[in-house]
Amino acid sequence: MLDNSQQTTLRPSASWSGQQSLRRLAPVIILVGLLALVPVLAEGLEQPFLIRVFTRVVVFAIAAVSLNIVLGVAGLVSLMHAALFGLGGYTVAILAEHGTTELLVLVPAAVLGSGLAAAVFGLIALRTTGAYFIMITLAFNQMFFYFFVALERYGGEEGLQVFAPLDLAGMALGGRTTIFYLCLAVLLAVLVAGTRLVDSRFGMVIRAAAGNDRRVSSVGIAPLSYRLAVFVIAGAVAGLAGALLVVSQTFISPAEMSWVRSGDLIVMVVLGGMATVWGPALGAVVFLLLELLLSALTIHWQLPFGIIIILLVLFLRDGLANLIGALRSGDGGRGHD
Amino acid sequence: MTESILQVVGLGKRFGGLQVTRDLSLDIRRHETHALIGPNGAGKTTFINQLHGGILPDAGTIRFDGVEITREPVHRRALLGVARSFQITSIVAGFTALQNVALAVQARQGHSFRFWKRADDDRRLQEPAMECLRLVNLGGRAQTMAAHLSHGDRRQLEIAIALAMEPKLLLLDEPMAGMGRDESQRLVQLLKSLKGRYTIVMVEHDMDAVFSLADRVSVLVRGSVIATGTPAEISADPAVQAAYLGHQH
Repeated sequence: MLDNSQQTTLRPSASWSGQQSLRRLAPVIILVGLLALVPVLAEGLEQPFLIRVFTRVVVFAIAAVSLNIVLGVAGLVSLMHAALFGLGGYTVAILAEHGTTELLVLVPAAVLGSGLAAAVFGLIALRTTGAYFIMITLAFNQMFFYFFVALERYGGEEGLQVFAPLDLAGMALGGRTTIFYLCLAVLLAVLVAGTRLVDSRFGMVIRAAAGNDRRVSSVGIAPLSYRLAVFVIAGAVAGLAGALLVVSQTFISPAEMSWVRSGDLIVMVVLGGMATVWGPALGAVVFLLLELLLSALTIHWQLPFGIIIILLVLFLRDGLANLIGALRSGDGGRGHD
Repeated sequence: MTESILQVVGLGKRFGGLQVTRDLSLDIRRHETHALIGPNGAGKTTFINQLHGGILPDAGTIRFDGVEITREPVHRRALLGVARSFQITSIVAGFTALQNVALAVQARQGHSFRFWKRADDDRRLQEPAMECLRLVNLGGRAQTMAAHLSHGDRRQLEIAIALAMEPKLLLLDEPMAGMGRDESQRLVQLLKSLKGRYTIVMVEHDMDAVFSLADRVSVLVRGSVIATGTPAEISADPAVQAAYLGHQH
């Protein structure tokens, strides 16, 4: 039905429009509300390890949501998101190694560090487009990966353990439940801010530039500076997620920042759906729980895992978020498409 | 003599072995409607692209409203007041008609590093954008996805976007291309209503449209202007008849 293939490079922006503010936040509230029940259920079922599992889920949900701002909204397929994520983690771990234990210092430092790295490397990568952008971000990602593999002083390939207990505003951080809710609060904030951003003037520019770059420059806006800004914002949030990963599991290794991890994040985004801000958070939940479930059943879990992902992506072209939207409206699809 | 707003001097552009623009000089007067005609391959669209900034010339200069813009990038020319419609319609397919125009309004209101307020609720964007849509008779289609508009409506949308830029110079590249008779008629009416308020440079093959709209016509052949004059002068020019009109009739 679209004959103007020249003008449409990515579909996702189509479904952003014309929804009301509260209705748009409803799925966010439901998703975060359900996740908030996890510690209660875990204690009730006497499976406290689930709290740790879901803390990891929430952390990756933050990373996936931030990646989607770059991938689904701005139309940039970046493979260096894991590097920015891991850099945030290492910032916290290394500073903690040197005796800084205050989260109000550690977390902003991680956000700043990843944002800065995104600015420097984004400025170079954004000079390219399409497949070249994918390749150059892949190369940057591996640069970071091998840098930390080679960094023997901070654990090298083995990774870095945080031994010192961390504080929040001078008080001891407390147990896993506190950490879980801390991460969940961050996810909520990221989802709300992300929803606002996508609908703002800034969001209009990056969505338009994803669909039609020429149109944006023709009305007098240079897309590059907006793309760079979105890359930096998403990178900073990835750093935030990485910091929370280290806070929750007191450990980081280069494995968290290999390009495969970038790929995982992309799968979470696509699985959840790029057309909503909250879709990738749902994608992260499903991805990580599926991984956990299957790996408990068989050591060859990656095979069924891959097949399930392929089927889900094939049959849910706009991700799980769209499936839920379709069930809710009962029309079995996305309206006029 | 009316003041000129655009001075093109000695413009040249070569694509490999092909000289598409050849020592092209042209003066456009403020508030005139100036048509560019010429056989296929004469370099009309390439010339428009060089005025717009999508293609940079190898030689020559372009002065617009007292500023040399020969090497300025597209977005800076847009802010100086150069707006265009494309030969192949260029809109954001995933936006509504209104959002497409609002983007242009937003560009005129300074930077867009505003992250919180919803653009769709912003009256400073929506009202001027709606105004422009009404001007091109698309008021009723404001909430239609641009991808779902008819071809004719899309061309009108492009003009609405251009008008939202509050341009000093409107470059229209074959605005009638691919339109049915009724749609063409409507567009000619629209352009007549804009005529005299904007400086318009248009490339057009529809001679009826050219002769009813243009104050002056320039004929491009093999990358240079071979004649400029009123429509009457141009149709009487023997060189033009030989080079161009002769083929048509």
